[in-house]
Amino acid sequence: MEIGKGVSGGAGAGGESGAAPRGASEAPPGGQAGAPPGGQAGAPPGGTAGPPEMAGGPSPIMFRLEPGSGVPTYRQLVQQVEQALRLGYLEPGDQLPRVKDVVESLAINPNTVLKAYRELENRGLAGGRPGQGTFVQGTLGRVGLAEQAELHRGMLGWLRAAVEAGLDPDGMTALFAAALREVTDGAGGETTARAGQPRRPSGRPGRPGRPGRPDAAGRGSQEGAA
Amino acid sequence: MNVVETARLSKRYRGTWALRDCTLAIPAGHVVALVGPNGAGKTTLLNIAVGLTTPTAGSVTVLGGEPAGSPAARGGIAFVAQDAPLYANLSVADTLHLARDLNLRWDQPRADARLAELGIPPRRKVGKLSGGQQAQLALTLAVARQPELVILDEPLARLDPLARHDFMGSLMAAVTEDGMSVLFSSHVVAELERVADYLIVLSRGQVQMAGSVDDLLAGHCVLTGPAAEAGTLTARLPVIHGRRAGGQAHLLVRCGSDGAAPPGWQARRPCVPAMARRPSWGSFVVKIACGQRRGQRHREQRHREQRHREH
Repeated sequence: MEIGKGVSGGAGAGGESGAAPRGASEAPPGGQAGAPPGGQAGAPPGGTAGPPEMAGGPSPIMFRLEPGSGVPTYRQLVQQVEQALRLGYLEPGDQLPRVKDVVESLAINPNTVLKAYRELENRGLAGGRPGQGTFVQGTLGRVGLAEQAELHRGMLGWLRAAVEAGLDPDGMTALFAAALREVTDGAGGETTARAGQPRRPSGRPGRPGRPGRPDAAGRGSQEGAA
Repeated sequence: MNVVETARLSKRYRGTWALRDCTLAIPAGHVVALVGPNGAGKTTLLNIAVGLTTPTAGSVTVLGGEPAGSPAARGGIAFVAQDAPLYANLSVADTLHLARDLNLRWDQPRADARLAELGIPPRRKVGKLSGGQQAQLALTLAVARQPELVILDEPLARLDPLARHDFMGSLMAAVTEDGMSVLFSSHVVAELERVADYLIVLSRGQVQMAGSVDDLLAGHCVLTGPAAEAGTLTARLPVIHGRRAGGQAHLLVRCGSDGAAPPGWQARRPCVPAMARRPSWGSFVVKIACGQRRGQRHREQRHREQRHREH
């Protein structure tokens, strides 16, 4: 069936770029990957992103595995669904890849996929419809698509600069991880440092333990933790 | 129901025992990997289960109590022998025709659909197919018989990594669709973890361990600590095998749920390839095959691991 081909072809693309499921299929044909799909958060991203490849597949995402990561296979599947929910690749009502397709393209035991889907169901993120498959039900707090596209563009610029500077992917990952840690841990540090200044003129002595977070940083760190 | 059940099964070829006192009960609904080094008795066990070999001693039943090799057993089991033997001079279509006429149960549309999906041309001579395609054709014949149990002897041995992936993918898809049980032997342990949910380790004709992968992983741990203490620890704990690298020793130990490590030792969850090693392979363990460890590895050690992997 054409589904199988679509799945394996897409999996290859995903492997190359190592990005989020649909992001991967978006990048090669798009060239300028910046184009925000649809613009509105309400519109399902399937509208613009990679419809020709995906036409045969019932689900907007495809799974890939990282064998050396040490993360159990079913956890990897769960995490990828969560990631897709966060990034807006999956919306309530979307179908998750059918067990048979996943099993065939990844060469894994069907019970592994069932276990992953069961966990998603237990957490209220997905639900099974008898005879049809498993569908997304819940959402995870996420940023609007337009905002995401903007951030994505910024990141691409950063990545290009890093490549020019001679950084390899491992180096970039390390740098990103370090910066992320700085933001998530350091967000407290930064705010306390800043809180030192406004404390004198400030009129909010309310919560000294956790000084008033600036809105943006607060939201960012929550999402990072979620 | 047990798809294969043996009691004190033994097989002797002239002076050597290929199997010795094997007692096993493999429940239905699993993908079972039978692993062990060459000469461990895997093929002998499979041939006995199919009814191609008669045991020297002991008993074997299949599919919930049928004697191995009986008509009912043969009808419900599809067997793909080592290297997927096929008639090289027949075309793919003729091979299907032959299989259709030789079997009571046969799903021709299914076989046709599978071959079309795989892009195997029906007119081509079997001998002209690639190794991967031949393996897929053999699997197609097996699946089209609508068996309760598929037994495959070293299905991956002669396939390159890509063909292995594809083959296992279509086998797993068939399992998903038909819900049959699978028993396959392999000495390629690297890819088992993702595929098998039940593991049987054979070594020198005997069952080293058998059980569902989750249970086996939960019931064992890997202890890492100073090599000097390994001897005393081995005397004290049920150590299955161990390896020494420099001043460190890695021991695969049977342990309960508590899994507390002795002072000075670190306990870790094992992985399937680690479980599948036989004791005397002890020189090559565990964390290496897991690919989990980064950083602290000695260069010399890495070199040795590389060599092992290539074998």
